[in-house]
Amino acid sequence: MHSTLSFSRATTVPTTNYAFHSQSPINLRFCGLRREAFGISILTRSSSGRVRLSTRGRSKRISASTGNNGTPPKSFDYDLIIIGAGVGGHGAALHAVEKGLKTAIIEGDVVGGTCVNRGCVPSKALLAVSGRMRELQSEHHMKALGLQVSAAGYDRQGVAGHANNLASKIRSNLTNSMKALGVDILTGFGTIVGPQKVKYGKVGFTDNIVTAKDIIIATGSVPFVPKGIEVDGKTVITSDHALKLEFVPDWIAIVGSGYIGLEFSDVYTALGSEVTFIEALDQLMPGFDPEISKLAQRVLINPRKIDYHTGVFATKITPARDGKPVIIELTDAKTKEHKDTLEVDAALIATGRAPFTNGLGLENINVVTQRGFVPVDERMRVIDANGNLVPHLYCIGDANGKMMLAHAASAQGISVVEQVTGRDHVLNHLSVPAACFTHPEISMVGLTEPQAREKAEKEGFEISVAKTSFKANTKAQAENEGEGLAKLIYRPDNGEILGVHIFGLHAADLIHEASNAIALGTRIQDIKFAVHAHPTLSEVLDELFKSAKVKAPASTSSPISEPVAA
Amino acid sequence: MASPFLSNTIISFSSSLSSSSSLPRLAPSIPFSAIRSKSTPRRILTVRSKIREIFMPALSSTMTEGKIVSWVKSEGDVLSKGESVVVVESDKADMDVETFYDGILAAIVVGEGETAPVGAAIGILAETEDEIAEAKAKAASKSGASTPSAPPPAPTPAAASTPAPPKSTPAPAAPTVAEGPRKTVATPYAKKLAKQHKVDIESVVGTGPYGRITPEDIEAAAGLSPSKKNVGLAVVVETKPAAPAKAPAASAAPSSLPPPVPGSTVVPFTTMQSAVSKNMVESLSVPTFRVGYPVTTDALDALYEKVKPKGVTMTALLAKAAAMALAQHPVVNSSCKDGKSFTYNSNINIAVAVAINGGLITPVLQDADKLDLYLLSQKWKELVEKARAKQLQPQEYNSGTFTLSNLGMFGVDRFDAILPPGQGAIMAVGASKPTVVADADGFFSVKNKMLVNVTADHRIIYGADLAAFLQTFSKIVENAESLTL
Repeated sequence: MHSTLSFSRATTVPTTNYAFHSQSPINLRFCGLRREAFGISILTRSSSGRVRLSTRGRSKRISASTGNNGTPPKSFDYDLIIIGAGVGGHGAALHAVEKGLKTAIIEGDVVGGTCVNRGCVPSKALLAVSGRMRELQSEHHMKALGLQVSAAGYDRQGVAGHANNLASKIRSNLTNSMKALGVDILTGFGTIVGPQKVKYGKVGFTDNIVTAKDIIIATGSVPFVPKGIEVDGKTVITSDHALKLEFVPDWIAIVGSGYIGLEFSDVYTALGSEVTFIEALDQLMPGFDPEISKLAQRVLINPRKIDYHTGVFATKITPARDGKPVIIELTDAKTKEHKDTLEVDAALIATGRAPFTNGLGLENINVVTQRGFVPVDERMRVIDANGNLVPHLYCIGDANGKMMLAHAASAQGISVVEQVTGRDHVLNHLSVPAACFTHPEISMVGLTEPQAREKAEKEGFEISVAKTSFKANTKAQAENEGEGLAKLIYRPDNGEILGVHIFGLHAADLIHEASNAIALGTRIQDIKFAVHAHPTLSEVLDELFKSAKVKAPASTSSPISEPVAA
Repeated sequence: MASPFLSNTIISFSSSLSSSSSLPRLAPSIPFSAIRSKSTPRRILTVRSKIREIFMPALSSTMTEGKIVSWVKSEGDVLSKGESVVVVESDKADMDVETFYDGILAAIVVGEGETAPVGAAIGILAETEDEIAEAKAKAASKSGASTPSAPPPAPTPAAASTPAPPKSTPAPAAPTVAEGPRKTVATPYAKKLAKQHKVDIESVVGTGPYGRITPEDIEAAAGLSPSKKNVGLAVVVETKPAAPAKAPAASAAPSSLPPPVPGSTVVPFTTMQSAVSKNMVESLSVPTFRVGYPVTTDALDALYEKVKPKGVTMTALLAKAAAMALAQHPVVNSSCKDGKSFTYNSNINIAVAVAINGGLITPVLQDADKLDLYLLSQKWKELVEKARAKQLQPQEYNSGTFTLSNLGMFGVDRFDAILPPGQGAIMAVGASKPTVVADADGFFSVKNKMLVNVTADHRIIYGADLAAFLQTFSKIVENAESLTL
């Protein structure tokens, strides 16, 4: 879903840019136009491809070829074959069709990949439940709003059903959107047999061989399970199992306190479980800006039924059997000495994800994976064992390990399609936002403060930090959710945004103003003049930009002519 | 991205409203120092070197534990004397608590949303940055064990002797399964509760799956060995000495309750309701008796009509009358703290029961005998407003020496009140109704009469005392003009 959104946004970039910054009255008319275009493209997604054709009537070059998935090339079966129909592959396919390429997508499992079936999507369903449970259970919060609620309860089957329904709904949306555009969905496991040649087929059937001018590998990843851990799918589980919510243990250990672990801790504690985190690094929530993780710990961990062990590895986990609980051996990360043994009802392994690249036939084209990841350059072109680029072969998403996020994969796919259709494009990964959907949410884009300081020192510029609190935001106060912080790391000399980190109500939705600004190269001295509706949470960012002290003056005319990300 | 489509709307909105500002805090502020000077043996801050502990203050005499609503300051913040540091919810109100030392908030021991018993350290204040590390270490040890009693610990390097970490005691007391040195397993929440309630987790026998210690086990353990520390702090008024022993008995009982009727809903008590419940159960330990008395109110009613335009309420009139009667019968204004003596109160403070949304509170009219009727009415109006806004200061609801409860306005003709712990007597006032009376000469007439029923602690107040008091009260009401003097 959101990939469609992001691409239609991308196509309107020049307009947006102009409309946003121009101060003239023409501005309004432009906005009107844009709304129209946008509204129709929203329609298209849910209905047929024919409507889309008419939308695209504006651009003659494309319209001719859009409806029927391009004209077949002379020497190849397809212009573009994508191996893997996850969010990355889907985003690439949609953009490829728009660009007039005849496109096929190979999927050995279900359309939608991890995100839709075993990741972001079903977990959002569970988190929606946990958010409401949390609210209903917070007597203090309810009382403050003047509400009275008698004891909140839940039906596990119902919750699990909601997650499952959501996944299948999104999956069919995704499938339909590709079918409607005429993308060929080839079922089977794809293997590269040579340059520009892919074999696919189901087990027990004869393989088909198809050729394409360009190939994109988008095979994604699977949950990473460190050795010594025995996953039985019942009491020792990965996110794949956890999302089915087959049972809610009284006490669950979560190995790893990154996004996945954190989100599940939110779900499990809301449903009444107690949680023990096991984190190999010295502090919880590594990878987040330290200040944000400190605050997040104060809000998301300490007051909840959660305890934690940091600086330890779970070296051995045995599932519950023979009347014994799940047993977890903890080993000190530094001294490698046995430290403790935990006995819990269940363990969730959330130690990250490993690329799913086995059996891709990379050996046929002399590509050696690194810890399973397919090596690529900044344009997602695959690099072979000798360090040379493999022509016409690209790899996007989790399989290349650059940034393991669904929307990053989609953006990379779009970037590749841009390149194969003749426009050079490098994705600026620093403009890709990330979010963790706890209650409240955490989101970020760009560099963390320590990263920015390091960079500043190396390159010899100064950085400053601005912060605003949700406590000062009217809408947040109205919701009685004043807990939160937004933080901006920037260059005071030229107003460049280096990073934005938000912890608070709807942080995941708020980050885009910052990520778009980074993507478009908008500077603080310009964006601070953008107007925000009052009272909205977006004013948190408004305040943030306004509180920054930038020496450079605001741009006089059209501020940025060329987007930085392009 | 949405804004461009909505430009029109945006413009109109933004023109009407300016940017947001933070809400002013309404809760009243109590400096530590104020509390300290008020109630005799209460100790709020312990001074040890330059690292100070911030204790959970006792915001009322009935408060045994408090909940941290929010920390106004966070760890590492520099505090200056008089600043609000933390907001605490007592059984009666939310209060800002201020520091009366300059320093740096080095560590928060009890987080937001958590509760801690009165007197427990909730935060650590360091004087300089250099001491933060030391303070943090202390905070860590603090969470392990409990030493909130005992006045300022001996200046020996006590910090080193952190009360025996659990590991070192192999807990022979826990006769769980006798299969070797089995380690204690406690769930995360159980550990948190143990820390909060200062329960030594090694001494708890786990009843959960695989013999693990569950939150319920800790609660049971905390209930069965009720707050030993609180006894050390036991303060001024009421309840503490005998009462806590009662609570566990009550908490142990529910096991035999019948299962709830299908379709019923369970709504947990609010903090205020819990306090009421606790007080009600505690009241059972006091031997009480009741004496009723009919009072003719024609004079009072006439007076009321006269002074009503001046803002005088019936409550003020009754409080004044009771106070004047109490002045002549000091024993009814006394209380029995220990079952061995009378405590005569020097002031006559009339607590008046008020129903407020979802609860009951008793704002106190202090020195009701000395204030004139108009001042008293004024005072009462303020108190009621404060009570509704949950802003009563502790001394405004816990300093009563005698309670007045009036249900007359609902048409109730008589009822009997439960004596609140710590007081000698409570008066229940019914409605005043026209009644046919016969005088000594056999003449009938119609007079307004109300029934007044007093419940008293028979350890100190005897039947004759109460009868005499009621007679005086009745005379005062029947000669209502004296109330305005």
